[in-house]
Amino acid sequence: MTQVTVTVNGNQHIKDVSDNMLLVDFIREKLALTGTHVGCDTSQCGACVIHVNGKSLKSCTMLAVQADGCDITTIEGLAVGDKLHPMQQAFHDNHGLQCGFCTPGMIMSAIELIEGRPDISEQEIRQGLEGNLCRCTGYQNIVKSVQAAATHSQQN
Amino acid sequence: MYSLTYIKPDSIDKAASLLAESDEHKVVSGGMTLLPTLKQRLARVEKLIGLEDCGLNNIALNSGILTIGAMASHYDVSHSADINAKNPALVELASHIGDRQVRNRGTIGGSLANNDPSACYPAAVMALKGTILTTKREIEAEEFFVDLFETCLEEDEIIKSVSLLIPEAAAYEKFPNPASRYAMVGVFVAKFPSEIRVAVTGAGENGVYRCSEIEHALSNSFSADSLSDITLSAEGLMSDIHAEADYRAHLIVEMARRAVNKASSR
Repeated sequence: MTQVTVTVNGNQHIKDVSDNMLLVDFIREKLALTGTHVGCDTSQCGACVIHVNGKSLKSCTMLAVQADGCDITTIEGLAVGDKLHPMQQAFHDNHGLQCGFCTPGMIMSAIELIEGRPDISEQEIRQGLEGNLCRCTGYQNIVKSVQAAATHSQQN
Repeated sequence: MYSLTYIKPDSIDKAASLLAESDEHKVVSGGMTLLPTLKQRLARVEKLIGLEDCGLNNIALNSGILTIGAMASHYDVSHSADINAKNPALVELASHIGDRQVRNRGTIGGSLANNDPSACYPAAVMALKGTILTTKREIEAEEFFVDLFETCLEEDEIIKSVSLLIPEAAAYEKFPNPASRYAMVGVFVAKFPSEIRVAVTGAGENGVYRCSEIEHALSNSFSADSLSDITLSAEGLMSDIHAEADYRAHLIVEMARRAVNKASSR
């Protein structure tokens, strides 16, 4: 067991963890933040994407001990009160989901993808989301949502 | 994942000492291959030695040689203004490894040590006359890459950095597997004042190699047209569910043509 200190969505947590515990399991089981999903066992699907020190990462491919001292944002940390994050709002407005399982990872990846890129093209969005899989194959509206959020970021 | 102890030494020398203690100790850099392998219980380690605090992520340019620290991520390489100014081909290569999340965490040292036969970096290091600096010695690229997933690194030897020559012109083109983004064939073409070097990844049965036929043709004339009559033998190339050897032989020439066109257009 190793003691780790992490800041998740602005709250500091100090916990003892097994060295072989994956960061995603730590977030879901130790912090009870179950918005971050586990969709595969092979680091391919991207349902577990979170931001660690401002960069998108697959939390199933990092150990909790490796996150010691890190600043983490999960899907739960995006909305401010009742006001959704612009990317969440864009997914809502454009029906950017079917079953919703991949959505947290899609949103976390997409936020980083469009950062400073209000004019990002549809092709760049499709390419940029290559680390996230949607088993419903609902990519059309996901791409539409991300494009809407990018355009919205330019207007604000 | 089997149980393990994670250790984060604050220097590369301490990391090397820990690694030398036991065969059951392994180092991890970005962990983009090792962690999935451990998750599947395809590997078991007693102590996992993280290199993140060893200060190996520096990128430096000195007298025509680019030196990249082993812990520099693909993101670091793809966003380096120094590298982009001197060798944009390397920036393009790093920008298309795996997916965004892999690039944010995966490292050049990890990629070289793993020597996946479909990885992109081995082609760049081979074509750019790379020298790999380890905790024990300096190793030329052609000696370093031995076979599939095999390098000449000793059990207790760790990569510290890799040094690459700056070419007059260079480009990397890959035909990615649409699912994994690994190169089904990747070709790095580098033009130096005295020679042309062409390295191929994703295709050889023994991993990355230099293609002398293409190098010879380009030495006569550095143009895509000079490759139009070349038909490579499929002997020694991989066949798998993604592509037969003869298809890979065709792709090598085609990727080389595209790379030459791109290198010439800069």
